[in-house]
Amino acid sequence: MKLYCLSGHPTLPCNVLKFKSTTIMLDCGLDTTAALSFLPLPLVHSPRLSKLPGWVSKDGAINLEKELKECSGRVFVDSQPEFCLPEKELLDLSTIDVILISNYHCMMALPYITEHTGFTGTVYATEPTLQIGRLLMEELVTFMERVPKAHAASCWKNKDIQRLLPSPLKDAADVWSWRTCYSMSEVNSALSKVQLVGYSQKVELFGAVLVTPLSSGYSLGSSNWIIQSHYEKVSYVSGSSLLTTHPQPMEQGSLKNSDVLILTGLTQIPTANPDGMLGEFCSNLSMTIRGGGNVLVPCYSSGVIYDLLECLYQFMDSANLGSTPFYFISPVANSSLEFSQIFAEWLCQNKQSKVYLPEPPFPHAELIQTNKLKHYPSIHGDFSSEFRQPCVVFTGHPSLRFGDVVHFMELWGKSGLNTIIFTEPDFSYLDALAPYQPLAMKCVYCPIDTRLNFHQVSKLLKDIQPLHVVCPEPYTQPPPAQAHRSDLMLELQPPPMAYRRCSVLGLPFRRRYERIQLLPELAKSLVPSEIKPGVSVATVSAVLQSKDNKHVLQPVPKPAPVPPSKKRKRVMEEPPEVLNPKPLLSGAVPLEPFLATLHKNGIMEVKVEETADGHILHLQAEDVLIQLEEDGTHIICDNNEPLRTALRDLVLRFLQKL
Amino acid sequence: MPEIKITPLGAGQDVGRSCILVSIGGKNIMLDCGMHMGYNDDRRFPDFSYITQNGRLTEFLDCVIISHFHLDHCGALPYMSEMVGYDGPIYMTHPTKAICPILLEDFRKITVDKKGETNFFTSQMIKDCMKKVVPINLHQTVQVDEELEIKAYYAGHVLGAAMVQIKVGSESVVYTGDYNMTPDRHLGAAWIDKCRPDILISESTYATTIRDSKRCRERDFLKKVHETVERGGKVLIPVFALGRAQELCILLETFWERMNLKAPIYFSTGLTEKANHYYKLFITWTNQKIRKTFVQRNMFEFKHIKAFDRSYADNPGPMVVFATPGMLHAGQSLQIFKKWAGNEKNMVIMPGYCVQGTVGHKILNGQKKLEIEGRQTLEVKLQVEYMSFSAHADAKGIMQLIRMAEPRNILLVHGEAKKMEFLKDKIEQEFSVSCYMPANGETTTIVTNPSVPVDISLNLLKREMALGGPLPDPKRPRTMHGTLIMKDNSLRLVSPEQALKELGLSEHQLRFTCRVQLHDPHSDNDTLGRIYTHLKSVLKSYSIQHVPDGTVIVESIVIKVTSSAEEPNLKAILLSWSYQDEELGSFLSTLLKKGLPS
Repeated sequence: MKLYCLSGHPTLPCNVLKFKSTTIMLDCGLDTTAALSFLPLPLVHSPRLSKLPGWVSKDGAINLEKELKECSGRVFVDSQPEFCLPEKELLDLSTIDVILISNYHCMMALPYITEHTGFTGTVYATEPTLQIGRLLMEELVTFMERVPKAHAASCWKNKDIQRLLPSPLKDAADVWSWRTCYSMSEVNSALSKVQLVGYSQKVELFGAVLVTPLSSGYSLGSSNWIIQSHYEKVSYVSGSSLLTTHPQPMEQGSLKNSDVLILTGLTQIPTANPDGMLGEFCSNLSMTIRGGGNVLVPCYSSGVIYDLLECLYQFMDSANLGSTPFYFISPVANSSLEFSQIFAEWLCQNKQSKVYLPEPPFPHAELIQTNKLKHYPSIHGDFSSEFRQPCVVFTGHPSLRFGDVVHFMELWGKSGLNTIIFTEPDFSYLDALAPYQPLAMKCVYCPIDTRLNFHQVSKLLKDIQPLHVVCPEPYTQPPPAQAHRSDLMLELQPPPMAYRRCSVLGLPFRRRYERIQLLPELAKSLVPSEIKPGVSVATVSAVLQSKDNKHVLQPVPKPAPVPPSKKRKRVMEEPPEVLNPKPLLSGAVPLEPFLATLHKNGIMEVKVEETADGHILHLQAEDVLIQLEEDGTHIICDNNEPLRTALRDLVLRFLQKL
Repeated sequence: MPEIKITPLGAGQDVGRSCILVSIGGKNIMLDCGMHMGYNDDRRFPDFSYITQNGRLTEFLDCVIISHFHLDHCGALPYMSEMVGYDGPIYMTHPTKAICPILLEDFRKITVDKKGETNFFTSQMIKDCMKKVVPINLHQTVQVDEELEIKAYYAGHVLGAAMVQIKVGSESVVYTGDYNMTPDRHLGAAWIDKCRPDILISESTYATTIRDSKRCRERDFLKKVHETVERGGKVLIPVFALGRAQELCILLETFWERMNLKAPIYFSTGLTEKANHYYKLFITWTNQKIRKTFVQRNMFEFKHIKAFDRSYADNPGPMVVFATPGMLHAGQSLQIFKKWAGNEKNMVIMPGYCVQGTVGHKILNGQKKLEIEGRQTLEVKLQVEYMSFSAHADAKGIMQLIRMAEPRNILLVHGEAKKMEFLKDKIEQEFSVSCYMPANGETTTIVTNPSVPVDISLNLLKREMALGGPLPDPKRPRTMHGTLIMKDNSLRLVSPEQALKELGLSEHQLRFTCRVQLHDPHSDNDTLGRIYTHLKSVLKSYSIQHVPDGTVIVESIVIKVTSSAEEPNLKAILLSWSYQDEELGSFLSTLLKKGLPS
């Protein structure tokens, strides 16, 4: 049993588990932080960006002014943004049987894995994960394809050049594995391989393994997975939350009794309390609006945005924001808002009960109906004519490298009245802002990450008691910036097994048993005998049938009767077939009862002689010797086959057969 | 011998008040808890005294499962849980949980407020009853307790309709509720995996019908509506608020749009808008096409269909009215029917099944004079059309489901006895499985034969699988041997050697030695050589070794040759074998006694 770790990113995992005869990929996260090394893709021509100077090394020896641009002391690649893919060389991806997806953020690399690698397996995900995942991929593709770049930069990746570049480009890892975004047809093809599953649905893989998704409480349709056989159980915990937001609460009980628990997707901001951040978000927002400025919220199109809108819905009137326009701009804004309302089964209790009324579960339906929230596919079209300031704009992408947010950065960045509020925890806000410097706009960092923190996870692990924990390496030490905070790491006994990108871990399993079915006819024919109080044994002779990794024992078919044409004599001369081995014998033959039995069977004259290990019986009339010892019986009998077999059966009466 | 017992309290050789008791692996489950539309007395609810004569329902039942929101499947629920008394869990899907209380409240209003009945369940009872409901999702395995698990499958009959699989250990039952095997304009088709239940309990409403294509029926329906409206007539379509109504609305809406028709279409109850809202929120339960396009265009927002007001019924000119309830047994549809029945220009289209005793059933049987409420007689002059739009599986569909699930037995409910008889024969012929059709109160018992799960040691299994070769040979089955250890409720199958070791027992060696004398004028060593050659030719499939120290070893049998100096030609052949080689040893001693070939 092995775990191949294809991504080192703790919240965007991609691991492959070899379990029994199956190869299971756990999540397929795409590390988009690589995009931060690139120049933003403006929707409208930006004179500022196009005028940035090209980069030439100090000694002038390397001239990459076409590929690299300098902005406020940082160097950016001027090319279509690229992402860091899961490792493709560690194992043959075409051997993967299934991919289990835990939430829509952890499936963004799917097209890279399922397309062009020879992958022929099945992807399992819940319906909200599939639908919202599709929206996020569609959004990503649209962002990229809307503003194509004529040329791709790759010279800078040359090892000899890269090491001479300024930080952080110099330190970027695995740059040759970076790829530009996939196409919509690749997305469609990848998603056509998804098979939908529901929480607590038991899915059987090749008759060998059962996989079950459990609610993880993090996002719509997000799940943890149980991967088990009759005897072994692996829990895969990824992106879970114990906070009450919109999704169904996390199911914890089923994680108990795991042999191995693979733990990923803890909060990226362990020091920030999501509730506090939400409060700060609201107060900064209303302060800016009151001051006549605009608020820009770079965000993903699904997830925390639903909670932000709900929070604003409650906060709006008390904060006198009733007349302030709220805009949500994304190619998938409408779909995201609509889809959020149809997944009642995947929501928390109080949202679910709204559907019974029937009312839409999220209050953003009302915000849209009353025109307080408007959504647009992009800044082009209706938005440009209907747009009023001051306003609040929710738009992507949170990396600030592509999407409509780039336009608002260029538009509002120069005024100190405006505020940008970061709520997504995936990107360092300083890195995100770097290509826009110098910036007059106010920046507020309120990362809202509802995933488990170290305190919650250690309590959880205490409850569910896994035998072994596997986790990404960063969880085994405090964050580098807070080296003294030993509470911001996992401290467990036995210590967790840590992995990094390209690790291959052997999981501590010893499989000893397998489930087999005895057919009722066979079970009925067994003759158990009690060996010790409470322990019985029965010898089983049966035919093993193995099909689809399922094993069944059937009764031995009766041999076909010997054709009568054969002469009896000839039959005797046939050697016995290599057939049933005899059972093992155990126990001892006690002297006195054995003598009595011999007597009863007409053998009267027995001379008993004591030896070091037992007795020798001399059957004088028959001239047979029987050696009786604690752990053996030896019958020496010449030329009298009927007598020998009779004696054999008498001895067998005293022995246990196994 | 383990058994599964099934007793219908309702829907046994009948349509209405579905309620089926199942006993499986020591668990008792009630499937559906419906009312009968054809009766107004005690017979409208299932006879729960069948259980209560022996104690409370809560003690007897492990759970209640409701397949869908139609009243003939859930109409007795508040009566059962609040008036007879049941406090255990009631399982149903989310849409059923949402819609069922509304229909129950409707039913209560008609019965209590309009007909003035007392001793009926109250609004509060409906609420209390719904508090006992646990919603379930499709394909989710719900663990009712340690042993009993249930799983819901899509049934397609109405929004939220489900089939359920009930499983205890390796025994299982599937109950279909009402289902539809052909997707319609708003719902998908029923689906189940090859779960091989011990018994499949299937509805059989259309046991003898094989319906023509849906498209033909739709064209027919539209033609009839269109013709009637063209000649200035009024069309009444009695429906239940949710289900067929939405399908026919979608159909008429698109037709009106395409043909640019102006005649008004009305939907009678206040439920419409609410009902359509349910469809919007539970869009994941509708068919693929609607689900795919719902962001762009929601099929449940109608442009041509308006709310009906009672006064419109007397308006002159053509119109189409959808009115509830569907079997013309009470309420608005019956009132409108009474108003329009006398005019031959008008038409009533019955799009679904009508239970015996309802006005709908009477007029479909050609009755031209009706007694209504005991006094007046009503002459039926308007045209009566029947169109099977109700989403039940037809005979073909039932057979298709049987092929999907591969049950070991089949039990038919929710149908008429005569038609069931026909289908039962057909099923038994085609699938060679037993098919039952018990009447209400009659118990069907089937004997199950579950296999026994055992833990086999991986070493033993791997060894056997390796010996069996890469491909099994069905003609020469290999027998494996093991020892089954039974201890503290665990069953483990291990190799005999391991069993000895685990049980702390030592092996007892049983050996035999046998001397055979024969004349052979050769040296001892040559005699041994001759024995070796002889055995080689006789025993083809055994391992035989000639060891230089003067022995021949066949498998584990040791053969030595000695002779005395006095009589060098009289050889004593010494054979020694253990009990494990008993057959072979016995054979060899007999064989050698006959001498060696010269």
